[in-house]
Amino acid sequence: MIVRVLLAVAALALVTAPAWLVSPYHLHVLIMAGIFTILALSLNLLLGYTGQLSLGHAAFFGIGAYTSALLALKLDWSFWLALPSAAVTAGFAGWAIGRLALKLRGAYFVLVTISFAGVISLVSINWMELTNGPLGLPGVPPPELGPWTLRTKRAYYYLVLAGAALAYLVCHRLVHSRIGRALVALRENEPLAESVGIDATRYLVLAAVISAALAGIAGSLYAHYTRFVSPEVFLFSYTVTMVIMVIAGGQGTLVGPVIGAILFTALPEALREAVAWQWQMLAYGVVLIVLVFFLPRGIVPSVARWRRSRAF
Amino acid sequence: MEQLLQHLVNGLVLGGTYALLGIGLTLIFGLMSVVNFAHGEFYTLGAYGTFGALALVGLPFFLALGAAIVLGALVGALCERTLLRPLRRESIDTVMLVMIGVWIAMQNTELLVWGGVARSIPHPFPTAPLTLGPLNIAPVRLFVVAAAAALIGASWLLIQRTRLGTAMRATFQDRDTAALMGVPIGRIHTITFAFGSALAAAAGALLGPVFLAYPSMGDLASLKAFSVVILGGLGNLAGATLGGLLLGVAEELGAGYVSSGYRDAVGFVAIILVLLFRPAGLFARAERVG
Repeated sequence: MIVRVLLAVAALALVTAPAWLVSPYHLHVLIMAGIFTILALSLNLLLGYTGQLSLGHAAFFGIGAYTSALLALKLDWSFWLALPSAAVTAGFAGWAIGRLALKLRGAYFVLVTISFAGVISLVSINWMELTNGPLGLPGVPPPELGPWTLRTKRAYYYLVLAGAALAYLVCHRLVHSRIGRALVALRENEPLAESVGIDATRYLVLAAVISAALAGIAGSLYAHYTRFVSPEVFLFSYTVTMVIMVIAGGQGTLVGPVIGAILFTALPEALREAVAWQWQMLAYGVVLIVLVFFLPRGIVPSVARWRRSRAF
Repeated sequence: MEQLLQHLVNGLVLGGTYALLGIGLTLIFGLMSVVNFAHGEFYTLGAYGTFGALALVGLPFFLALGAAIVLGALVGALCERTLLRPLRRESIDTVMLVMIGVWIAMQNTELLVWGGVARSIPHPFPTAPLTLGPLNIAPVRLFVVAAAAALIGASWLLIQRTRLGTAMRATFQDRDTAALMGVPIGRIHTITFAFGSALAAAAGALLGPVFLAYPSMGDLASLKAFSVVILGGLGNLAGATLGGLLLGVAEELGAGYVSSGYRDAVGFVAIILVLLFRPAGLFARAERVG
């Protein structure tokens, strides 16, 4: 009951946020939180539901951002075509990596994803003709909707909110379907799952494709929001931020990554005045260590357990 | 032809330090099953340790190198005792997350302490290159490759010829049986992590004066160490040595003949290809020896 009321209040607050948030800066923080929510949900599909850690997730985000920006800039495509194309391109990259890498598990999978991100990042720096190298691509146009251009933060906020809601729904449907149960079965005991007829490679590749496509959508939303894409989208710190959000919120839950994303976008912004950026990254490292030691399941599962224990 | 020889020599100089990095990482993985993403940060620690000992303490160059290596060993031992030992019963993935945390924390500590500006580490060698027939080689690079070779040889002797090395190899082969035979596993783990970290610090201390010291230098070092270990096979000491040399030469040739912008891609591509086609490493035999 309490949970439902809280959820309703949270949903209402999110929908009406532009009305009561006075400062455009706060709206900016919320937009970034929305983009990171999609990224955290995307990473959680792999980390939380298949148990495989992708440390190259910024690559899918960057591929989405570059695809969308290049289509809009070089071919004059509308945002509404560029966004799905970004999802498809990133999804295809996810398929390739999934096909290649999911024969490998654990540390090996991590290394292949890191290497993949490293290669893609070097390509974005060195392929001057396509990507303009380290200078990046300025002037990515904002999306247009009928006669309107979504140039204001308020309009863009609703676009990102819709994207995050869509990502949540996709994950929700997926997790509560046969596919989601198959993934959990594979995570818990792969030989046993295979013995009842679950095709491990097929399901893991499917998860990788959907996860990468979601990250690609986040990249597209980011590109058309900041209107600038550079090799910085491949920065490892993006991947680290996603990992922290998922682990802190609660991997393998749906609400966890959302809470993690909002918390770890808002918290650094709130602390920005007080603490330098380097201290923040240092804190991220320490937070990750502390979480593994003291809150290994994350916030949402721990709170759920605490509530259950009080019920008796 | 002369150009090729020059590339080969440069590649071997780089490769020697890559081998040091790889041996440290492969020992830690093979013995402790720890995927040490913080390995490159000990490389950074070695470079900054040398810089600090030279610039702040005023030690002579060779003592500064030694101090940096000892510092690497001490921080490694501390890290093992405080973070890894309590997690010894946890899964390999949990420990991996902790090491990712250590990586981020150490790198940003270095950024805070030394600032983002790259530091050049002064060395006492003449800057004019030595000319040997068609080859030119800077004296400092000659020193680097000689020191790396000496350290690799010393590691090999330690592991193959001493009582401690026998205990390490026993732990590597079968932890439980080794414990039953009276090998103090906890102490062996601490020593192994400290030793591996010291080797990484040595690589950083040696390459620091050749290149520059900057806070994020450890990222590439980690990835190169992983490439080396994967090329050589996880836990394979001789494989790591050969893998290091191979990676150094491949990078030089790639930078020389393909494109210098993609120099660092060689290691990434090597990781992907080897893991896909020969996941046990290039030099794998039926039985691996520590």
